[in-house]
Amino acid sequence: MKRFWAVLKARNLEFLRDRTALAWNFVMPVAFVFGFAFLFSSDEQDVYKIGVYPSSEAIVNHESSFFDMRYVKFIPIDHLPTAIDKVKHHQLDMVIDLNKPSRYWINSTSANGYFLEKLLLAESIKSEDIASIAQLLHVVDVPEKQTVSGREVRYVDWVLPGILAVNMMFSCLYGVGYVIVRYRKNRVLRRLKATPLLVFEFLAAQVVSRWLLTVVMAVIVFVVCDIFVNFFMRGSYVALLVVFATGSLTLISLGLVVAARIKSEELSDGVLNLISWPMMLLSGVWFSLEGVHPMAQKLSQVFPLTHMISAARAIMNDGAGLLDVYPQMLILVGMATVFFIIGSLSFRWE
Amino acid sequence: MAEILEVKNLVKHFPGVQAVNGVEFSIRPGVCFGLLGPNGAGKTTTIEIMEGIQKPTAGEVLYKGEPIGSRFKEEAGIQFQTTALQEFLTVKETLKMFHGLYKRSADFDALIDMCQLRDLLARDTRKLSGGQRQRLLLAIALVNDPEVIILDEPTTGLDPHARRVFWSLIDTIKQRNKTVLLTTHYMEEAYHLCDEIAIMEKGKIIAQGSPAQLLKAHFDDTVISIPAEDFKVPVETYAEEAYLHHESVTIRTNNVQKSIQLLLDNDIPLSRLEIRARTLDDLFIELTENDLQS
Repeated sequence: MKRFWAVLKARNLEFLRDRTALAWNFVMPVAFVFGFAFLFSSDEQDVYKIGVYPSSEAIVNHESSFFDMRYVKFIPIDHLPTAIDKVKHHQLDMVIDLNKPSRYWINSTSANGYFLEKLLLAESIKSEDIASIAQLLHVVDVPEKQTVSGREVRYVDWVLPGILAVNMMFSCLYGVGYVIVRYRKNRVLRRLKATPLLVFEFLAAQVVSRWLLTVVMAVIVFVVCDIFVNFFMRGSYVALLVVFATGSLTLISLGLVVAARIKSEELSDGVLNLISWPMMLLSGVWFSLEGVHPMAQKLSQVFPLTHMISAARAIMNDGAGLLDVYPQMLILVGMATVFFIIGSLSFRWE
Repeated sequence: MAEILEVKNLVKHFPGVQAVNGVEFSIRPGVCFGLLGPNGAGKTTTIEIMEGIQKPTAGEVLYKGEPIGSRFKEEAGIQFQTTALQEFLTVKETLKMFHGLYKRSADFDALIDMCQLRDLLARDTRKLSGGQRQRLLLAIALVNDPEVIILDEPTTGLDPHARRVFWSLIDTIKQRNKTVLLTTHYMEEAYHLCDEIAIMEKGKIIAQGSPAQLLKAHFDDTVISIPAEDFKVPVETYAEEAYLHHESVTIRTNNVQKSIQLLLDNDIPLSRLEIRARTLDDLFIELTENDLQS
């Protein structure tokens, strides 16, 4: 234990004194959360962008209710060919030329363009007419409109567990994977190899050090962001802490596997990128994985980040308890154990 | 007295290179043993096998009669030729960290004073000068009050003053009856510090003994040097064998009086004449000449 504490203390001091790394660990997630909170804070988020030619006056004076539609941003256009080019490049979803005879352009490969076209054409028939025609034909049962009640889960509330988890992922993978490789490259490990320090003691100290610092940093980031953004939290803070603590242990252990033998910082950087980017894209951090390709959904289950975010979201957004997320927790604990064993057995001092 | 370290028929192959080829020697307790040799002779590989850093292809290293293992790690102090320390730590924190890795421990204050680190305790280890850093690395090697201290070229790159300071530290260690294994490029250092030396060439030991014994065994002459501009006689026709090297003429003689008389007979001024006994430098160059030429 004496040797474990000696290495743990030294590693903690090293991390806490590396002000740039410390600041980055705090600033990056806070900036992300504030950025998302700002971007998605307004009541109405525009979903579609339509360029209108010849000018904005035409929109104001136009009688069609199409131009009163919510969630659509109408952008005045001065030069029609440029606007058409933007449609081609998916910068605009549609361009409408209001000069007689009026015309519109969409990109046939754009989903937004497809829906806007449907909306534009549907607007030419009044909604009452649709209902009466449907009833007359006994073809369509017009559904009755209902609205959801209670506090809404904003996008920032939904995305927060993912941002915190991604930040922890980078901190865990690079904080252990990259640092151990650097130690090996500059021969710190070789010096330690000549002492009675055991591999297990060294690795355990690295894991515990990074784990403590990552969890503490995540708590600070959460609290600071919550003060300004007021997150939606239905579940227990303790349960959320347990999920993040378990998830970070799993990610640190994954970092150990990467660091076990690699001698080059460049190679470790590449391998860590290879692991972190697919995790970041396919673990449901930024968007829901509902409806994505089944292969991608299956692949996402391989990533510890998927289970960590899924459990955290269940607690924050749905009020789940630890018992509700035990499948994710079991997977995380299992992965942590397997990764730590592989990392320890394959570890080389040099 | 039983040997504290024994190296038996050590062999180490790397792809395409036979770094160590049947090295064998032993070190008695309390002795400062020097392992010398030109670059690439196999010194560092031999030392690294002794430290347990590398595994030999064949042969073994015994510490107190047992193969090196956890006991050796606990009782040995090692200073590598090149090493890095954890960043952002002070001298004191670094020493404390290594202190925490051993069951045995030296008196911390005495160690700091001995290695002259008292004024540097709060300094970041990255901000130490070369000499200060080497003193810290020596202190780390001594932090467990070791029985055996292995120093791999500890004074390479140090200025003459820092080197002398380091020598005095090793002298202090020797006075405490510790066993020291030292590799160095500096023959003066080996002569000053080592009780026994072994010279390696191409992975083998080619000479071993005390510096005095080796000099006596290999040389029975004295070297006389005269600046070339004072030596008015052609070297080729001089009555004794003389060599022109750079800007001086060297005469190796078994009879100094006779040689001086010959110089006087040839009207060669003696005001800048130098007479010296053979040194380890001469021995090193003579023994490893073939290696250097190849």
